[in-house]
Amino acid sequence: MSTAADGTPIDDWIEIHAGGRVTVKTGKVELGTGLLTALAQIAAEELDVAVENVDVAGPWTGRSPDEGYTAGSRSIKEGGAAIRRAAAEARQVLLELAAAELGGGALSVTGGVVSGPRGSRTYAELLGGKPFNRTVSGLAPLKRPESYRVVGTAVQRPDIARKAYGLGGFVTDVRVDGMVHARVVRPRTFGARLAGVDASGLPEGVTVVRRNDFLAVVADREEVALAARDAIRPTWTDGDPVPPMGELFSWMRRQVTEDQELIDGSARGQGSIVRDYHWPFQAHASLAPSCAVADVRPGGATVYTAAQGVYPLRRALAPLLGLPPASIEVIHREGSGCYGHNGADDAAADAAVISQELGRPVRVQWTRFDELVWARKGPAMTTRMSADLAPDGRIARWTSDIWSPNHGGRPSRPEQLIAGRLRDGIPEPDSTTYIGGGRNARVDYEIAAQRVTMHWLRRPALPGSALRGLGATANTFANECFMDELAGLAGVDPVEFRRRHLSDRRALAVIDTVAGASGWGGPPPPGRGRGVAYGRYDGTGAYVATVAEVSIVEDAVRVERLWIAHDCGLIVNPDGLRNQIEGNAVQSLSRALIEQVRWDSGGLLCTDWQSYPILRFTQIPPIDVILIDRPDQPPVGAGEPATIATAPAVANAIAAATGVRLRQAPLGGRLR
Amino acid sequence: MFSINVNGVDHQVAAPGEAPLLFVLRNDLGLNGPQFGCGEETCGACKVLVDGAAVPSCRLPLQRVGTARVVTLEGLAEDGEPHPVQQAFVDEQAMQCGMCANGMIIEAVALVMRGNPTDAGIHEALEGNLCRCGTHHRIARAVRRAADELWR
Repeated sequence: MSTAADGTPIDDWIEIHAGGRVTVKTGKVELGTGLLTALAQIAAEELDVAVENVDVAGPWTGRSPDEGYTAGSRSIKEGGAAIRRAAAEARQVLLELAAAELGGGALSVTGGVVSGPRGSRTYAELLGGKPFNRTVSGLAPLKRPESYRVVGTAVQRPDIARKAYGLGGFVTDVRVDGMVHARVVRPRTFGARLAGVDASGLPEGVTVVRRNDFLAVVADREEVALAARDAIRPTWTDGDPVPPMGELFSWMRRQVTEDQELIDGSARGQGSIVRDYHWPFQAHASLAPSCAVADVRPGGATVYTAAQGVYPLRRALAPLLGLPPASIEVIHREGSGCYGHNGADDAAADAAVISQELGRPVRVQWTRFDELVWARKGPAMTTRMSADLAPDGRIARWTSDIWSPNHGGRPSRPEQLIAGRLRDGIPEPDSTTYIGGGRNARVDYEIAAQRVTMHWLRRPALPGSALRGLGATANTFANECFMDELAGLAGVDPVEFRRRHLSDRRALAVIDTVAGASGWGGPPPPGRGRGVAYGRYDGTGAYVATVAEVSIVEDAVRVERLWIAHDCGLIVNPDGLRNQIEGNAVQSLSRALIEQVRWDSGGLLCTDWQSYPILRFTQIPPIDVILIDRPDQPPVGAGEPATIATAPAVANAIAAATGVRLRQAPLGGRLR
Repeated sequence: MFSINVNGVDHQVAAPGEAPLLFVLRNDLGLNGPQFGCGEETCGACKVLVDGAAVPSCRLPLQRVGTARVVTLEGLAEDGEPHPVQQAFVDEQAMQCGMCANGMIIEAVALVMRGNPTDAGIHEALEGNLCRCGTHHRIARAVRRAADELWR
């Protein structure tokens, strides 16, 4: 497998400092997943240095490699593979240097010290402060997983201590000399034009920035900017028409679509068993709203952002600001967890546009309203499943028709940034490419006749983009609820029914593991029901199987416990992995039970934590995570896979407990 | 000009009396612990200790602070040693993005200083603090660990 490091200078990835510390440079960002710690482990392993001596430098245009976006649970698989190659090459160079200094004889490396019969040299003595001046050939020998000593261990994340002690480092903590504070002013509709502004009630010292539909208030003091945002009286025209919320799914199915066959197998038309499943718009609902700091000067710019890709953002900002890309520095700083494409890029563009207008450094802090209304949503999807069962109880035919918009709204052009559209008065462009909605549309069950058809909407009802799992969440909900319904019609236990349609031993292993852990087969406690769901993320990623146990309390669903079995190949950091899986479980349970973006004719109704609630401490059940380590298999990402199986496991458990089959998320409070 | 006591030090602050304490702490005193999460006292990210009680700082006017002793995340350490709750959050690796960590730790400190909580009491005390990454169980374990250490 080739990696991003192959053919590039080692110096783009690894630096050995005179004091002995090692810096690893990555184009992947820390989203709160512990990624940078895992990358440090991979580098330390191949280099034979102590992981405590490795610092990972996050993305910074011009200083770090361009690895695109940190997305799709690909950062360990791809970013980790690149660093592994670069580190192995670096170790080889260091061994060659040591051989030249120490003469012949077998050399060994421990803790960054090369030892041989005629003495030893530290990496710092060999190369400290100097460049490698070599290219990553991709041919340097890689360590064998069975010899790993750092990879596979629960190394603590250094950023957690920093955050626990309040030592800063977030994008919100960036302060630049002469910086002023800005708030953007936006309606709860999309596509509205700014017809007028009454600024008569503003506090003293406020600057209003208005260009076309772009409106912001700026002040030296943050509370003044906030007060100005509340005091300013803009007049907006009606926004783009949005279908009534209650008609969303039928509206989606009536749209002109671009159709794509993901599997054009022998199945045609529809089977005799037909079911419809629906998934709502959902929000990232990042705990802290997006924030950015920008300093745009006549000849260049510096932008601090929590965006997932510093180079792609720079490509979008350059034409927005009329500056050459090379004159713009985009520096990543950690932000609130984002789970995909939230408001981070747009806040950066807001700060850049305002800073350019004023000629001063500007800090933009989005409000809770801005983040919940204006950060792009995980798109709603609606699916029609059909099947026929053979007399032997196997699935003879399986079809799915999936209506989805593009899930890939990440910006690479100015009009894909809110600030670009509003400032220049241009509408949101229709989608020309479609990604993400087909993730996990295809099942890996062995079914002779399958058809999977995507019906791509050119324009979603609300602006959408990547939210954790993308289409895999809605698709696995449809697929795995439907599997359960088919199992019931076939009169076969749901675990057994899935096993009959699988031969991949890793798939069977997660199902058997979760069944064993949850006591599947035995009766659940009185008044409770259990449901199972399985998926392999994005077809080639991690395997996950989940069992949910629910009870019904006064017609409301109460999830009592979750069991999750997870196989993502070689485990780099078991504690970091558990943290990811537990977090996936909680967030996906919240999405499964209570989350949906609501709107009326006046615009979005999710503007605060009351109108877009998420699960709280006392609503979260015990979660059992069972890790299956596969050192012989390459590591794949774990940021998203466990998200996909929760909602169908809960829906299947509700059906088991009550006989009521819910086919539309969110599932909570809909039983009456 | 207002005088406030933050982390044991008296500060003279040239800020409007209606300025939220959060902005004064971050922008006038340069502190990084309390974070802006909602500005509506509904998420907990901005919590600080005011005379030992965990309160949101995002809407607390500077002029209402008076002579109260304000302690932020930065002020929890004693003699260079992190507070047991901070240490427990590190030991349990009890966060992902960390934006909620300030409020969780501050609320937990107020809780464990009142007495040794039950497990249910920990969950109830943290009910007003939101975490979007889903690290609730780790956070509860960290608070348990710190409470047991303090009250053993």
